[in-house]
Amino acid sequence: MNMPPRTIRGILKNKLVLVGILSLFLSFIFLFLFSNFFLFALFLIIFIILLVYNFIKVSRKLYDALGTRLMFFATVSVIFLFFLLLLILINGSINILSDQSLSELIFSSTWKPFSGKFGLFAVIVDTLIVTAISMVIAVPISLLSAIYIAEYAPKKFRNIVRPFIDVLAGVPSVVFGLCALLVFVPLVRDDIAPFFGSNISSGFSLFTASLILSIMVFPIIISLCLESFNSVPIALKEASLSLGATKWETVKKVIFRAAGPGVLAAIFLGFGRAFGETIAVSMVIGNQELIPKSLFGPGQTLASLIASNYTEVSSIPILASALIFVALILFVVVLIFNLLGYFVLQGASKRWKY
Amino acid sequence: MSKSSNNQIETKLLNVTIHSNPVLKDIDIQVPAKQLTAIIGPSGCGKTTLLKSFNRLLEIQDDVKIHGEIIVDGINIMSGGLNIPDIRKKMGLISQKPYPLPMSIFENVAYGLRIHHNINAKELAETVQHCLEEVGLWNEVKDRMHDPASRLSVGQQQRLCLARAIAVQPEVILCDEPTSALDPIAAQQIEKLLLKLKKDFTVILVTHTLRQAKRVADHVIFLYFGKVIEQGPAAEFFNNPKNPETKAYLAGEIS
Amino acid sequence: MEVLNRRNLEEKIFLGLMLASVFIVMGSLILIVTVIVLNGAPSLSIEILTQTSEGGFYLGAGGGFLNAIVGSLLLALPATGLAFLVGIAIALYLQKDFLKPGIANFIRICLDILWGVPSVVYGVFCLTIMIAIGMTGGSLLFGIIALTLLEIPIITRSIDESIKMVPSGLKESAYSLGSSKFETAAKVVRRQAMPGIIAGVLLGFGRGIGDAASILLTVGDSNYFPSSISDQTAALPTMILNLVSMPDQVVQNKAYAVAFVLLMIVLLISIITRYLTKKSSKYIIK
Repeated sequence: MNMPPRTIRGILKNKLVLVGILSLFLSFIFLFLFSNFFLFALFLIIFIILLVYNFIKVSRKLYDALGTRLMFFATVSVIFLFFLLLLILINGSINILSDQSLSELIFSSTWKPFSGKFGLFAVIVDTLIVTAISMVIAVPISLLSAIYIAEYAPKKFRNIVRPFIDVLAGVPSVVFGLCALLVFVPLVRDDIAPFFGSNISSGFSLFTASLILSIMVFPIIISLCLESFNSVPIALKEASLSLGATKWETVKKVIFRAAGPGVLAAIFLGFGRAFGETIAVSMVIGNQELIPKSLFGPGQTLASLIASNYTEVSSIPILASALIFVALILFVVVLIFNLLGYFVLQGASKRWKY
Repeated sequence: MSKSSNNQIETKLLNVTIHSNPVLKDIDIQVPAKQLTAIIGPSGCGKTTLLKSFNRLLEIQDDVKIHGEIIVDGINIMSGGLNIPDIRKKMGLISQKPYPLPMSIFENVAYGLRIHHNINAKELAETVQHCLEEVGLWNEVKDRMHDPASRLSVGQQQRLCLARAIAVQPEVILCDEPTSALDPIAAQQIEKLLLKLKKDFTVILVTHTLRQAKRVADHVIFLYFGKVIEQGPAAEFFNNPKNPETKAYLAGEIS
Repeated sequence: MEVLNRRNLEEKIFLGLMLASVFIVMGSLILIVTVIVLNGAPSLSIEILTQTSEGGFYLGAGGGFLNAIVGSLLLALPATGLAFLVGIAIALYLQKDFLKPGIANFIRICLDILWGVPSVVYGVFCLTIMIAIGMTGGSLLFGIIALTLLEIPIITRSIDESIKMVPSGLKESAYSLGSSKFETAAKVVRRQAMPGIIAGVLLGFGRGIGDAASILLTVGDSNYFPSSISDQTAALPTMILNLVSMPDQVVQNKAYAVAFVLLMIVLLISIITRYLTKKSSKYIIK
């Protein structure tokens, strides 16, 4: 009944578990490194047999252990999944990386798969521009909204706004894209671009993509900021207010400092979301792998590149590898930003203990 | 000690409901100026609520309704149209658990000064030093003024909060059980400080230790279940309680 | 009289900016709903919901989109089910009775990262496997796999958060009654956290039904219901993408109708989730 908490060493001591994990691992290796479908299936079957063996090994007393073991297997599989994802993406990129030099891939702007050219520079630049602009739009609006909801809004208003944010978070990206298509594309083409001097914009542009991206990013930043603001102890606010500060001064000087790391983490996560968004962007960005002369010209982001080019994968085998490489980039960048956000939060909780 | 005819704070028919629960009922009290008034009573009877209504801090919570008059220096602070931060500036607040602002020691004390005055760096440093000296913290922190305030011990943090509060030159200092989170030595330091400060400020101390009240109070208000049972000069209150509930509380029968 | 000094003025300015920001955010949602409803509702009819697509001049242009509805359900339901099984196992295991907090936190970080991974990466992942096996064109199976991978972090973390909210005192009283760790976890904790768990599952399901990037690469397209797990299938999000790029206005209207249905499903899920979260906070014993 008193099972000591599991440590990694304790877990690995169980030989069957080791064999099971090894089998799963081997099966995938045989699939990808050697394209040996037979051995892949063989080791997968071994893994499944071991899993089932655990199922069968049941007695009333071991019921507990069974349940725990199942849960453990599930957990390990998920961690395993994380590394498997990374591994498979890297493995899939090997083809393109051996075909082209890394500098050619990253620094050339020519993307012509049919001619064997896979230069990603233009796409990378476009991605950075679009993400940056959407963050510039989204962060102030989200931050100000979060401050208002957390500190100023009367309770009734708060109860109305929160559902809006939750619903916005759940809207599928196609629907966002469709709305952007119907509203933002003509808006940019007919009103915004001419206002800035460009009369030939089709409406499908970097700017349009930034607009819809910023809306998609609102919910993440707002809800994470809200969490942060709400975790600042009331007594801290009271301390500032009782010194005669106005609410706004309290927000500026005290709440921001205390919640600062949470806000930063929110921005990092929002950035990751904007960086990786595929569908909505691909519907309105124009899908041209170049760096346009103005914000109102067409472009392509890393994510929308995959969506636009995947259909040709059967005719150009090495294109698949190139797209996998792009997916790898996306995965790594989002991983880095998520980790940054996490470490920012960790570091902060050590500094200010309340 | 004669009762000062100058009452710093008076309330008339103060009623407070929080989330539709009546917390304070028909409170009529007088707080004499430049004395230490202790608000005593069992836990949960509204002492903190009463304290926080004096500087209108209660209103930042949801679902709070306040009726009645709170008269500070002759002005009813509950009337509409007043600038609340200015009202609050007149009162300093020390909480149960010290909450230093997320800044350096220096900035904590300088916080109020920066907000309210156009003060130059030299004056600021002098005032900060003065306040820290007043609370007996200066020697302990003068070499690390720019360290984060969270690195101080709990007792030091509480003294810092006091220094921070007196920096803006309030007239009243509100203390919400300021020693309950402290060890006995630190608690004693705070009590000594309060006794010193009451010469220059009106101090209102919420405490649920009778012994503390007996040690430091000039004036006592006894709250029980949101009602004022008895109030008066400390000597009279402790030696000659008039109300049966007061007698029961002082005898330790109810707590 | 209120003294309008510099400090108050600054506060007023920012208050104005804050209100403007809130209205922009709320207005965005209103804009989206209005646009989709105005464009989609007129094209909606009983026929369109109950017929599958017919050929017409363009693939999927004629008839209705029942095939997409069925396809999406056949994708999202199994995926959600699988993700739930995995998710609840992991979430229960993460409670501090089983693992040292250090490992548990590491796992939570991994899950959070997996949640943040763009769904297109999961699509590419499955595409890679499909290529290695030599399958082209897509199938229901890999769509389900992609969606399961997508939904696992969402459902797991949501359930994890609901379970975390169960006060430990409750678990302690259960122990003192003699139940073993697993029994406690399974019965007591699950019951208390049930509304939150259902909300988490719905959240995952909503994602599974609406996500396009992960299935774009993996399920292909079809005018018919998938008859086996290796068939290609239509799905609501991919159908929108396909139809909206067609030059014919009637076809585009169909896309708006599909989007309307999708949006309504998501709104319904949000409402139910809201209701459940309220219900769970009522019953949590504090």
